[in-house]
Amino acid sequence: MTDAPILEIQDLRISLPAGGDRPYALEHLDLTVNPGEIVCLVGESGSGKSLAANAVMRLLPEPHVHVSAGRILLDGEDIGAKSESEMRAIRGDRVAMIFQEPMTALNPQKTVGWQIDEVLRLHTDLDRKARRARALEILGDVHIPDPASAYNAYPHQISGGQRQRVMIAMALVLNPRLIIADEPTTALDVTTQKQILHLIKEMQRQHGTGILFITHDFGVVAEIADRIAVLRLGELVESGPAEQILNHPSHPYTRALIAAVPALTPPAHKDLSAAPVVLRAQGLAKTFAARGGLLSGRRQAVTAVRDLSFELRQGETLGVVGESGSGKTTVSRIVTRLLDADRGEVVIGGHDLIHADRRQLRAMRRDIQMIFQDPMASLNPRKRVVDLIAQGPIVHGVPKAEAHARARELLSLVELSPAAAERYPHEFSGGQRQRIGIARAIAMQPKVIVADEPVSALDVSVQAQVLRLLADLRDRLDLSLLFVTHDLRVAAQLCDRIIVMQKGEIVETGPTAQVFADPQHPYTQALLTSIPGRDWQPPKLTDAA
Amino acid sequence: MNAPDIEPAFEPQLSRPSRAAVMWRRFRRNRAAVLGLVLFAAVVLAALLADIIAPGDPLRRVGVPLTAPFVDAATPLGTDQLGRDILAGILHGARISLLIGVVATLISICIGILIGAVSGYFGGWVDDLLMRVTEAFQTIPSFVLLLALVAIFGSTIGNIVIAIGIVSWTAPARMVRAEFMSLRRREFVDAARNLGVGNVSIIFREILPNALPPVIVFASVVMATSILMESALAFLALGDPNFASWGNMIGQGRAVLRTDWYCTVIPGVAILLTVLSFSLLGEGLNDILNPRQKK
Amino acid sequence: MSLLLYLLRRILQALPVILLIIIGSFLLIKLAPGDTVDALVGDMGGADPAFVARLRQEYGLDQPVLVQLWRYLVKLAQFDLGWSYVYEQPVTKVLASRLWVTLLLMLGALSSAFVVGVALGAFAARRAYSATDNVISTLGLIFYAMPSFFLALLLVLLFSVKLNWLPVGGIRDIGAFHTGWKLWLDIATHLVMPVLALALIYLAFYMRLMRTSVLEVMELDFVRTARAKGAGDARLMFHHIMRNALLPVITLLGLQISTVLGGSVVIETIFSLPGLGQLAYTSVVKRDLNTLMGIIFLCSIIVVLVNILTDLVYAWLDPRIELK
Repeated sequence: MTDAPILEIQDLRISLPAGGDRPYALEHLDLTVNPGEIVCLVGESGSGKSLAANAVMRLLPEPHVHVSAGRILLDGEDIGAKSESEMRAIRGDRVAMIFQEPMTALNPQKTVGWQIDEVLRLHTDLDRKARRARALEILGDVHIPDPASAYNAYPHQISGGQRQRVMIAMALVLNPRLIIADEPTTALDVTTQKQILHLIKEMQRQHGTGILFITHDFGVVAEIADRIAVLRLGELVESGPAEQILNHPSHPYTRALIAAVPALTPPAHKDLSAAPVVLRAQGLAKTFAARGGLLSGRRQAVTAVRDLSFELRQGETLGVVGESGSGKTTVSRIVTRLLDADRGEVVIGGHDLIHADRRQLRAMRRDIQMIFQDPMASLNPRKRVVDLIAQGPIVHGVPKAEAHARARELLSLVELSPAAAERYPHEFSGGQRQRIGIARAIAMQPKVIVADEPVSALDVSVQAQVLRLLADLRDRLDLSLLFVTHDLRVAAQLCDRIIVMQKGEIVETGPTAQVFADPQHPYTQALLTSIPGRDWQPPKLTDAA
Repeated sequence: MNAPDIEPAFEPQLSRPSRAAVMWRRFRRNRAAVLGLVLFAAVVLAALLADIIAPGDPLRRVGVPLTAPFVDAATPLGTDQLGRDILAGILHGARISLLIGVVATLISICIGILIGAVSGYFGGWVDDLLMRVTEAFQTIPSFVLLLALVAIFGSTIGNIVIAIGIVSWTAPARMVRAEFMSLRRREFVDAARNLGVGNVSIIFREILPNALPPVIVFASVVMATSILMESALAFLALGDPNFASWGNMIGQGRAVLRTDWYCTVIPGVAILLTVLSFSLLGEGLNDILNPRQKK
Repeated sequence: MSLLLYLLRRILQALPVILLIIIGSFLLIKLAPGDTVDALVGDMGGADPAFVARLRQEYGLDQPVLVQLWRYLVKLAQFDLGWSYVYEQPVTKVLASRLWVTLLLMLGALSSAFVVGVALGAFAARRAYSATDNVISTLGLIFYAMPSFFLALLLVLLFSVKLNWLPVGGIRDIGAFHTGWKLWLDIATHLVMPVLALALIYLAFYMRLMRTSVLEVMELDFVRTARAKGAGDARLMFHHIMRNALLPVITLLGLQISTVLGGSVVIETIFSLPGLGQLAYTSVVKRDLNTLMGIIFLCSIIVVLVNILTDLVYAWLDPRIELK
């Protein structure tokens, strides 16, 4: 750690095109990365953290967005003074980058081997054989099971986690001094995320590389950071050693951010055994059939859900937890009959939703409402907020004026100004849109609300607000929630009971506190140990809570 | 709420430019689109003023055959080999071109929306069936089908318009189908279904308004090709002989191309500019309806 | 093996479409006022009703439409398209003698339009919003808006009337009796203007699409990855951008093939090329309905084959598509 720093960012300022909502994307950024150090640059969307990374690579979309003040020193050399061809020699050789979405970050038309080989071709004089040997070696280093077949595979033929390993292999193949990792695990499942974080740490220890790690997730930060810098709207609000920032943050914004991280302490167990069952699912199954016949291409049949049964009681929040491919989203669609189940029944108020005919179904729709994942996609962009909220009641026969008046009341219930009623969805931020979605669901006065990943598209601080609102409404209106999520921290915060799903089946179920404290099934155990930063208890910060 | 003050509560903006103003500003930024609008206005004006500037039948003889342009003030753009006023032909031809463009486009877009929407929304065997029909229409060269239709039903202006509509609905249908297929998976459609909204309502009130912008932009392309098709028919002497048509003027002018090229070139330029105006307008509409950050 | 299966499957898939086309156009033609016999009799200047009735019987036109359709289909299955009374030949023979001209015209026009259009589009996108781009894009817009027959006449005016470089029409110099490579050279000279007239218009299509497509691909993540690897502009364009950007252009090529065939009607008529397009025009004018049916059938087959070909190219360019 006594070496000179690899990367020094001094008083950096990045200008945005004129006419935007702010003149600078970043201002007064100072940052140092030493050899063998992982520095986390933390911020929510719009903080300018990704632009900082691109500035180091000199890959800003110039001239519209450009560095207008300050210096970036790589091993003491000013990057701003380099010519474009000198920069090309640096990129991929001395500084490498890992991106968020490994599917789109790899060229779909070239094999994995070709893409790793390209780095070697650009920066070394090795012959073909030597390059191939090196590529295979690095694929082995990042623990790809069968390097030779991965070498010849196209990106779509390998899994998401493998793709991110390929990206890391590509970044490491020339042993760069600095790696910039831009949210490298955000798109991955928790268990894969854990492996990738582990890999990054392992590689960094072996090679003494400096890593600038960009993320929004304090759990991940707690997992790997040596030092932390927190950005807010282009301003560096706080930086320092990881231990200090995580446990003794001083700036109010950092304190607020950390306070927003859901603690891994489930709520005290509520005894609901006396409460009536509002929804009973019995033997649900869904297989996505192999489509096509003699004349068209065939696709493999996929069993999304097999033989699923559970009960939801009045006032209860039941979490459905699992990774991608576990079938949890299919559950939310079957239960609301947005998707037809192959078998089974969903009984609400004495009627089976799955086998209801057209008219019964229409009537039953008001009993089970849904809050969707993507607040951008779940609101029709061409409808006013008041129409969106009042639509359901109007369809079910409430007079228009009454429905509109009720919609306006609901706006204040979800803490939006009444003026919001006449606006269109695009005028709102993500968190506000999700509030509109909640109001739309409540407007129907349903017996059950199914929430499908309702906060996963939101920034952590907004996420905390929406979760708090949901919990508050649940308690005030005695709502029953079926809460589908991939995020165990979120589940821990809200759910009374959870169902853990894997490959379409329930592997474990029980009161949240119990499952978290003493998981029985190996998969549940793996999930729980994979939660990033599980050993870090966010400090109780009295001023922000 | 004592949540951290990171996301401000909704604050109503005090002054907000109207939708139309925003759109006009976006449109104006594209200089080519403004040129398109000017050209389009000129064509519309020509069509409207045809009876005032050049009253009477444009197909009657008014002067010495093959007078060059800018020679006789009575026929400023000259006359063709039958002594017909070229200016009158251009002005009255604008009417036919616009009529064909607008009506044929409406026909083809309506068929396209209907078939595309049903096909894309319902999928399954309905989609299979409708797509086979669409493929069949797409496989027959449209101009050959147009020739056959006109030959069979006769070259009246009404038949020509309908025939052009019939041969050009496939592209809009495919486009609407693709839009519907992607939109029907969007969560707001699920949300509407979840509220108990019926299929017809979902198709026309929820999805269609969101699927329309690219279709409206594409309508400008259909309009352009419709005009080109009508003029090609008229050029081949298969148009309605009772109306002045630019294509027909070119077809006739071809006979005297070697000596009096203006008989061909003047109506040719008229078609070119009209079609160009639609293309440019289409690009402007695209800027309005599908705004992207222009770099 | 999988390729063969794929081809077989595609051809099987195309059969219902072709059948639909034949049945549809057969019924459509039956709707026409007047049939082949009327046209024949019209040509002869009238005949007595008994003779007309005998003719009808001879051609099978006295039967119900569905019976006629069935007979037509049965004959079609034996590759018999009927008799062209205008050319006094079987339709298959008439078509065969004219197919090569149209194929040559299309091949020339489409390949040159594709190659030049794609290159210009990529070039314009790389220099997006510069003066070069503006010039290329404006020219593209103009050719895009140009009626093909007007462009053809302008070419004639320039190359034949003013410069006297190229022949006005025909596929070869009838009086010269060229043989061997001289004949081919002669044909090539005759095809320059028709090919150019068709190509310039479709070139504009491909160029505009390629330009947009390249601009879109340039923004994709993997291009950023390649840049972060240290790849230069030329490498980015040739190895990463162009191949991806070609995909929508290939799709358009497949979708447009029938439009191009339709466009050859006008071009072949103007340049008096003895191809399918000109034949379509004359059979419509002379009501040679058997020949018209034959043209529709043949064109559909060409379109289907070209579509299979473009799908193969697409799959070759995009490894995510699997031929099954």
